[in-house]
Amino acid sequence: MKTNVGQIELPPLSAEEMGRYSRHIMLPELGKSGQQKLKQARMLLVGAGGLGSPLCLYLAAAGVGTLGVIDPDTVEDSNLQRQILFGISDIGASKSERAVLRMRDLNPHLDITPYRETLSAENALSIIRDYDLVIDGTDNFPTRYLVNDACVMLGKPNIYGSIFRFEGQATLFNYEDGPCYRCLYPQPPPPGLVPSCAEGGVLGVLPALIGSIQATEAIKVVTGIGSTLKGRLLLYDALQMQFDEVSIRRDSHCCVCGDHPTQTQLVNYQQFCGIPASMEPLPFGEITPQELQQRMEGDKPPLLLDVREPFEVEICRIPGALHLPMQQVSAHLEEWDRKQEVVVHCKSGARSAKVCALLLEQGFHRPLNLKGGILAWIDSVDPSLHRY
Amino acid sequence: MQATIKIPSPLRRFSDNQPQLSVQATTVGEALEQLCNHYPELRLQLLDEKGEMRNFVNIYLNREDIRSHQGLATSLSETSELRIVPAIAGGSGIELCLKRSP
Repeated sequence: MKTNVGQIELPPLSAEEMGRYSRHIMLPELGKSGQQKLKQARMLLVGAGGLGSPLCLYLAAAGVGTLGVIDPDTVEDSNLQRQILFGISDIGASKSERAVLRMRDLNPHLDITPYRETLSAENALSIIRDYDLVIDGTDNFPTRYLVNDACVMLGKPNIYGSIFRFEGQATLFNYEDGPCYRCLYPQPPPPGLVPSCAEGGVLGVLPALIGSIQATEAIKVVTGIGSTLKGRLLLYDALQMQFDEVSIRRDSHCCVCGDHPTQTQLVNYQQFCGIPASMEPLPFGEITPQELQQRMEGDKPPLLLDVREPFEVEICRIPGALHLPMQQVSAHLEEWDRKQEVVVHCKSGARSAKVCALLLEQGFHRPLNLKGGILAWIDSVDPSLHRY
Repeated sequence: MQATIKIPSPLRRFSDNQPQLSVQATTVGEALEQLCNHYPELRLQLLDEKGEMRNFVNIYLNREDIRSHQGLATSLSETSELRIVPAIAGGSGIELCLKRSP
């Protein structure tokens, strides 16, 4: 994308806008024309979560004329630890819609569109096409590769930010012949090496910093000021309080942005990231919360195994469950009768599915996965327990 | 040659929470081998079964990707700093990824 839009007529600023943006306009590097370029800019924010919160607020406040916010999720109580866009009154509501309400309250001069949907291979090109640049504030590998590939195919700069635990990364992809995400990481880690819930987590203030860096880069790209992060991966370690950077280069052999790209269409990103399709038949059985409740009250209750982490058990637990964190299950297999029926549960069913697969492999006759985990149990059996 | 290997916070649970390790080595491969001998759990994260670098973990020698030099065979100098930079995507873990990815 050319940032020099000086040849094109820039949109005028009203007296009210001149007043509102006066602290920008008095910066010689930005000036009135910089503010007009911001007004002319169209940015798509992918994700209205931890990174999306500062992005939505600062870019709306900065006067970016056209903004899109895409996020399919609803606000949960556990989001409020870091997603400062939202409050208690937003719980249960659409993140993209509540984000846009907040942004319109902050700045009525803007054209802001919420997309309450998942960015997918089917809709990505048609949504991204309408914007000048994309800011990636997602939290999973499939969407990151999707955003990258779509941006390369459409020639849009992709402002990247990523967080995990205490670590943050930020850079600018696909900008003025610079590298793309696949030049940096040609392939995603297989799901087995992606940390589970318990090993994940993120310091709540970390996305504030990385999201603000992304917003800064977005402003610089559209106004053409300063030196961008193109070709530099910024690394932030909150524990050591250290910033560092490494050089990244476009890979001429990159399958998407290289000299002879072999991938010219969007693909199935879930499959690309090695995540099994949900339609595949499971090798073990499932049990619904209602069925489990009946079985637990019956003559021969099954062994109910809770494979969540200790802190999760402190939040809520199903009576009668034996607690054993997922990583410790394999060390206890010999304690149980393999013919016995075992029901495994976690928070929402992914970790327990892994444990069921392990039990089956180890010769257990009837491992059953509690469908939807303890969250489904809370929804349909015991709403008095605390959701998280 | 003495080289310092910086271990990022996402991988420190495999390195007894240590942020770095100093090793004596002449190539990047030797340095990583020593790191993995010191912290065996790191091996799975950094190298595949054939001992090749994984595609989703990058190694930078003095801020330059070793893939733009000679990979694991890249020679070290007296002031080598190696930095491990893994792909990260967010702090919510696999369950969210399963639930929501496109």
